[in-house]
Amino acid sequence: MGFLTPDPGLVFWSAITFGLLVFILKRYAWKPILHAVKSREETIEYALAAAEKAKAEVEDIKATKVAIMNEAKVEREALIKQARELKQTMLQDAKNKAQEEADKIITTARLQIKREKDEAILQLKEKVAEFSVDIAGKLLEEELKASDKQQAIIDKYLHEVNFN
Amino acid sequence: MKQTIKLLFAVLTLCVLPYSTYASDTVETHSEEEFDPMAMIMHHIADAHEWHVISYNNSEGQKTDITIPLPIILIDDGLQLFMSSAFDHGKKTVQQGKNYYSLYHGKIYKTDAEGTLNFDDKHEVLNEKPFDLSITKNVASMWISVLIIIGLFTRAAQLYRKEAGAPKGIQSFLEPLILFVRDDIAYEQMEKEKADKFLPFLLTLFFFIWINNLIGLIPFFPGGSNLTGNISLTMVLALITFFVTNLNGSKSYWAHIFWMPGAPIAIRPLLAIIEFVGLFTKPFALMIRLFANISAGHIIILSLMSLIFVMKSLAIAPASILMGLMMFMLELLVAALQAYIFTLLSALFIGMAVKSEEH
Amino acid sequence: MEGLSLTTIGLGLIIIGAAYGISRIASSAMEAMGRQPEISSKIQTAMIIAAVLIEGAALFAIVVVWMNG
Repeated sequence: MGFLTPDPGLVFWSAITFGLLVFILKRYAWKPILHAVKSREETIEYALAAAEKAKAEVEDIKATKVAIMNEAKVEREALIKQARELKQTMLQDAKNKAQEEADKIITTARLQIKREKDEAILQLKEKVAEFSVDIAGKLLEEELKASDKQQAIIDKYLHEVNFN
Repeated sequence: MKQTIKLLFAVLTLCVLPYSTYASDTVETHSEEEFDPMAMIMHHIADAHEWHVISYNNSEGQKTDITIPLPIILIDDGLQLFMSSAFDHGKKTVQQGKNYYSLYHGKIYKTDAEGTLNFDDKHEVLNEKPFDLSITKNVASMWISVLIIIGLFTRAAQLYRKEAGAPKGIQSFLEPLILFVRDDIAYEQMEKEKADKFLPFLLTLFFFIWINNLIGLIPFFPGGSNLTGNISLTMVLALITFFVTNLNGSKSYWAHIFWMPGAPIAIRPLLAIIEFVGLFTKPFALMIRLFANISAGHIIILSLMSLIFVMKSLAIAPASILMGLMMFMLELLVAALQAYIFTLLSALFIGMAVKSEEH
Repeated sequence: MEGLSLTTIGLGLIIIGAAYGISRIASSAMEAMGRQPEISSKIQTAMIIAAVLIEGAALFAIVVVWMNG
């Protein structure tokens, strides 16, 4: 059959043509195209990886933020607690001090009062003594007009006075 | 791109125009002749020394053929160069030096001055054939396809060189196909590092077969040649695959062929014979497959069209055309499928040959 | 072309065999794809390779028949 016998002319030309075609396309088409496609794929891969990395970083930052916030919260609470305690102690201190002061004042006041009272009593005593002397003087003046009585009193006092 | 296509057309037209006027000549009408579908189909399937463009009946009722003569290159007592128009469609004998040649059913034979052909009882020509390196219809068609392929892909490559953005225009059409060949054929069948070496071959193979299949499906000039349905071309492609496969065969590949590891010693020589035969049947099957598929497609479509003339009725035409159209659609699929299968099997064979690991 | 020749019968037998083989491959592949749609591309490639091997054998037989017929 004629169709199953290869024709040398066509074999020759197609071998040469196909060989040249492979050579030309390899040099001028496949190399640049495959290279471009590959580099683009690499770029995309790289970009995806970078995006993934950035996402992870954002996640990281978020986590850090939460951690910092939690820390801050704890710290704030501690601070508030401390402050509250401080307030408490300060109040207590103030109270104590005030009490002390008050006690001190009261004590001083008491002493003062006592001293004044004593002085007043003393003065009263002096005055009473003065009055007594005055009264006694007057009485004596009256009494001494009668001589016998004078004598009696003198005797009495003399009796009372002890010389020891 | 538009400019390129326009330029291509302009070049083609310029090449063709002088021939077509020069080539047109008249032949006697054979209206009474019985229509022979087999002869018509075989004529269309076969290669030819002239490119038939169109036939029509001119005003005098004569059948006129417009054909493009193609150069004839014979190696016979030195180089013989002339145009195929010298044969006058096989009616004339051409004298070159002291040799006479005549054209019979698309083949050139050495004859005497009267162009006598001797036949055997099977009606095969006994005359000696000169060594024929002519630019036949198939060669011309192949060169057109090569121009188209180079134009397409170098243009695409230029676009890739320019900027590294998203593909556009012709790029976005070709890139999925290129990536398909790379990822689904080459990378699937062989190891990635080794595949890159064979990628240019596989890509060229795929697009060469595919585009030539499509050109063969174009029913008018400058298509219609049956290049990929010609056994010479498929043989060349299969042989190239054969050589690429076996010249790159790894040690373990040859070991698997001649001394199958793991098999009982007694069976090994038998396996070696089978594997050795397999070396040749693989490319042989490749050759036959492409040739038979594409030729069968052409034959079926032409047979359906012939029905109109065999039945000598226009009533059959709608059915014939509809069926032909369906076959044409199928052939469009087959054109891509056969290119895919040829490339896939080539990749598979090469992949088996270059595989490094033992298993 | 003259009635029913041995060549025609041979071609018919080849077609029956090849069609049966390819249909078996295709149906098994479809089932496999239905079961495991995620590796359907791999099944498809394997299906095509197997079908093509049968087709090769059938074409080989057709060529032999044609050459002898």
